[in-house]
Amino acid sequence: MQKASGKRQAAGRMGKWAMALVAGVLVGLLIVGAAAAQGGKVTDDQVNAVAKQLNCPVCENVPLDVCETQACAQWRDLIRQKLATGDKPEQIIAYFRATYGDRVLQSPPREGFTGLIWSLPFVGLIAGLAILVVVLRRMAAQPKAEAEVEVEAKTDAVADEYRKRLERELKELDK
Amino acid sequence: MITDVGLIAVLLSFAASVYSIAAAVHGARNKREDWVTSARNAALVIAPLLTLAALLIIYSNLTNNYRLEYTAHVSSRSTPTVLKITALWGGQNGSLLFWSWLMSVFVAGVMLRKWDKNRDLMPYVIAVAEITQGFFIALVVLFANPFAKLWQAPTGEIVGAVFGASGLFATLNSIGMSGIAATLFAPAGSLPFTPADGQGLAPLLRHPGMIAHPPFLYLGFVGFTIPFAFAMAALITGKTNDAWIRTTRRWTLMAWLFLGIGLLLGARWAYDVLGWGGYWGWDAVENAALMPWISGTAFLHSVMIQEKRGMFKTWNMFLIILTFAQVILGTFITRTGIISSVHSFARSSIGVPFLAFTAIMLVGSVGLLLARLDDLKGENKLDSLLSREAAFMAQNMLFIIINLAVAIGTYFPIFSELLTNNKITVGAPYYQSVVGPLLVPLVLLMGIAPLISWRAASAQALGKNALTIPGPVTLAALVLLFVTGTRNPFALLGLGLVIYAGVIIVIEYVRGVRARHKAIGESWLLALWNLVGRNRRRYGGYLVHVSIVLMGVGIVGTHFYQQETQQALAVGQSLKIGDYQATFRQLELVPSGQADKQIVSARVDVQHGGQTWTMRPYQEIYGNGERMTPPALWGNMQQDFYLLLGGYESDGSLATFKVFINPLVNWLWLGGIMFIVGTLVAAWPDMREERQAVRAGRRAPSTVQA
Repeated sequence: MQKASGKRQAAGRMGKWAMALVAGVLVGLLIVGAAAAQGGKVTDDQVNAVAKQLNCPVCENVPLDVCETQACAQWRDLIRQKLATGDKPEQIIAYFRATYGDRVLQSPPREGFTGLIWSLPFVGLIAGLAILVVVLRRMAAQPKAEAEVEVEAKTDAVADEYRKRLERELKELDK
Repeated sequence: MITDVGLIAVLLSFAASVYSIAAAVHGARNKREDWVTSARNAALVIAPLLTLAALLIIYSNLTNNYRLEYTAHVSSRSTPTVLKITALWGGQNGSLLFWSWLMSVFVAGVMLRKWDKNRDLMPYVIAVAEITQGFFIALVVLFANPFAKLWQAPTGEIVGAVFGASGLFATLNSIGMSGIAATLFAPAGSLPFTPADGQGLAPLLRHPGMIAHPPFLYLGFVGFTIPFAFAMAALITGKTNDAWIRTTRRWTLMAWLFLGIGLLLGARWAYDVLGWGGYWGWDAVENAALMPWISGTAFLHSVMIQEKRGMFKTWNMFLIILTFAQVILGTFITRTGIISSVHSFARSSIGVPFLAFTAIMLVGSVGLLLARLDDLKGENKLDSLLSREAAFMAQNMLFIIINLAVAIGTYFPIFSELLTNNKITVGAPYYQSVVGPLLVPLVLLMGIAPLISWRAASAQALGKNALTIPGPVTLAALVLLFVTGTRNPFALLGLGLVIYAGVIIVIEYVRGVRARHKAIGESWLLALWNLVGRNRRRYGGYLVHVSIVLMGVGIVGTHFYQQETQQALAVGQSLKIGDYQATFRQLELVPSGQADKQIVSARVDVQHGGQTWTMRPYQEIYGNGERMTPPALWGNMQQDFYLLLGGYESDGSLATFKVFINPLVNWLWLGGIMFIVGTLVAAWPDMREERQAVRAGRRAPSTVQA
C-alpha cells in the first residue's frame, strides 16, 4: 500500500512539474506572440531564414533571400508581415506553396511523384553496388584468357624501368 | 556588306565538312590514301574559314555595324572595346559560331599531328569529328546565324534575316520550317533597317570573369569530341586495342583541364559578381557543365586499367560516349534554357535539331558499341577483389552515381512538368543532401586506392600502409580540430577524410624522394624534381588529388560554418558578426565612366582582431533598371569577410548591408590553382614515355583485323 501511494505521490509530483512546464511554455509563447503581434521587430535575418527555403518567383533557381528583383523584395516584405503577425516559418512556407505551387520550394516535396527525386539516387546507389559486386565477382571467376601472357609481356615493357627499381628499393626500405 | 564574306566562309566550311566526311569514308573503304589526304585537307581548311568568320563578327562589333542583328543585340556604342571583342560569345548565335571555330582548331590540331601511330583510325576520326563539326556549322547557318541582318517587316516588326525579304519566308513557314524561315528570310516586302545604337550586353555578362569563363567551358566541351571521335573510329575499324586511348590521353586530359578551369572560373565569377555569398548554386546550367566533367573524371581513371591490364574496354567506351553525350546536352541546355521551362525549349529554334543530333549520335555510338561487344572482351581476369582494378571500379561506380544524382536533379523538373504538369524547382538542398554523402566513400577511396597494388594486394600490407602513419596523424588532427572548437560531426568527418587522403599523398611523395635520395644520392630537391619528372602521370595525378583535398577543406568550411547577417544601418551605426564589427560611414555616388551605368558605393569601417580597415561595397545601377551588387572582400586563408551593399535610402542616411563570413573559402581557390598545376604535370609530354609507347605499340598484338 505504502509503495503504491508513494508511486502516486511521485506521479503527482511529476504531474505538477509537467503542468508547470506546460504553463511556462505557454506563457513564453504568449510573450513571444504578443511581442510579434505588437510589431516587435522582425529582423532581416529572420526573414532571410524563411526566404532561403523559397525561390524567386521570376528568376529560375534563385533562392528568394538573395534575389534583387522587385518581385522578390515584395515577397520578402510579405514574409516579414507574416512573421510579425506571429506566423511560424512552416506556416509561411505552406502559404506560399498553396498559393504558387511546388515550384516556389527550394527543396521539392518528398511525397507523390516529386518524391521520386529523393528516392531515385538511392535506388541508383543500391543498383550500382549490386552491379559492381556481380561484375567484379564474375570477372574474378573468369578463366585466364589466352592473351594474358602476351599482355603481361606488354605491361612489363611499358613499365618504367625506373619505377620498377623504385618499387624494389621501397620494398627493401620497408623491410 | 563585308560580313557577307563571313557568311560565305561559313557556307564554304559547311561544304568542306560534308566533303571531308564523304572523302574520308570513301578513302577508308577503298583503301585510297589520296582520298583520305583530301579529307584531311578539307578538315584543315575549316579552321581558317571559321577564323575569318569569327573575326568578321568582332570587326562588325568594333565598327558599330548595327545593321547586323547580332552586333545590335550584344554590342552598343558605349560598350568598351574589350567587351565588343568578347561579345563574339556573348549571345547564342555568336557563341555557336565560336564553338564551331574552337572545334575546327582542335580538329586541325589532330590533323596536323603525326599519323603513323594510327593510320587506320584516322579516316573515321575525321568522319566522326566532322559530323559533329558539320552539325554545329549547320546550326549556325540555318537556325542561329550571326550574319543575319535587320529588316523592318511591313507590319513594322523588326526581324533578323540572312537573305532579306522573300516569298520563301511564307513558303517555308507553310511547310512547318518556321525556324529556318525566320533565320534566312524576312517576310515579303521587308526593308533594310539599321538602329541608331545596339542593346549591349546584359550587365551580368560585362564582368571580366565572363570573358574567360565561356571559352574555357567550350574548350572543354569541344576537347572531349576528340577522344570520342577516336573511340568511335576504334569501334568502326575494329581496332579496339588501347591505341585510341594512348593517342587521346593528352587530348582528354586537356579537355578535362579546360572544363575544370571553366567550372572554377564560373564559380569564382559567381562568388565575385552575383553577390549571394557562395560559389556554386547547383543551377541547371552549372550542372550541365559539371556532369561531363564528372563522367570525364571517371573515364580518366578507368582508362588506366585498360592501358595496364587490358580490362574494362566496354566500360571505357561507355564512359566516353556518356561524356560526349553530356557535352552535347550541356551545350544544348546552356543555349536553349530547356530546364527553366519546357516552353522556352519550344520557343528556341535550335532545340529540336539539338535533340535530334544527340539522339542520332547516341543511337549510333551505342549501336556500334553493342556490335563490337565481342571484340571488347577483357584480356585479363580480375585477380582479386582487393586490387587497384577493383578500387578503380568502385570509384567509377561512385562517380556515375553522383553523375546520376546530379542528372536526376537537373532533368527531373522537365519530366515533372511534362508528365504531371507540376512545375518544380530543385535547389541546392537536394544536391547537398544527396551528393554530400556520396563524396564520403569517394574521398576515402582517393586516399586508399594509391596504396592498393595492381592485380592483388595483401590486406596486411594495405592495412599497415593505410593505418600506421596516416591513422594517428589524422586522429591527432581531428583531436586538435575538436579542441579548437570544430564540433559538427559531419564537418569533422569531412575534414578527417580529406586530411587522411592528404597525409597519404604526402607519405607517397616522401617515400619516393627518400628512396631516390638514398639509392642514387641525389639532393632532396633534385630527388623530388626527378621523382615527379620521371613519373609525371603518377605524381601529377597525386597533385590533382592534393587539389581535391584543398578544395575539400574549403567546401567543408563554407558548407558547415558560413555565417551571415543582414541589417539596415544608419550612418555611424554598426553591425556585429563573428568577431567582426562593421560601421557604416558614408554613401557616395561614384562616376562610372559609362553613360548607362551608375555606381553607388558605401564606405564601411571594419574592425577585427585589433585591426581596422575600410571596405567599399557598391551597387551598379544600369539604364534598364538592372542592378548588380558585387561584394567587397577582405580575407585570408582562415576566412573571407564578404560585404554587400543591399539597399539604401536615396539621401544616404540609411543603408542595408549583407555580410557573409566564409571560413576557409580561399582553400578552394588555392585548390583550383593546384588542380591546374597537377593536371599540367600529368599531361606534360615526356619523350621517354613517348618512345616506350611507340615500342609497346609495335609489340602489341593487333587484336582484330579490320
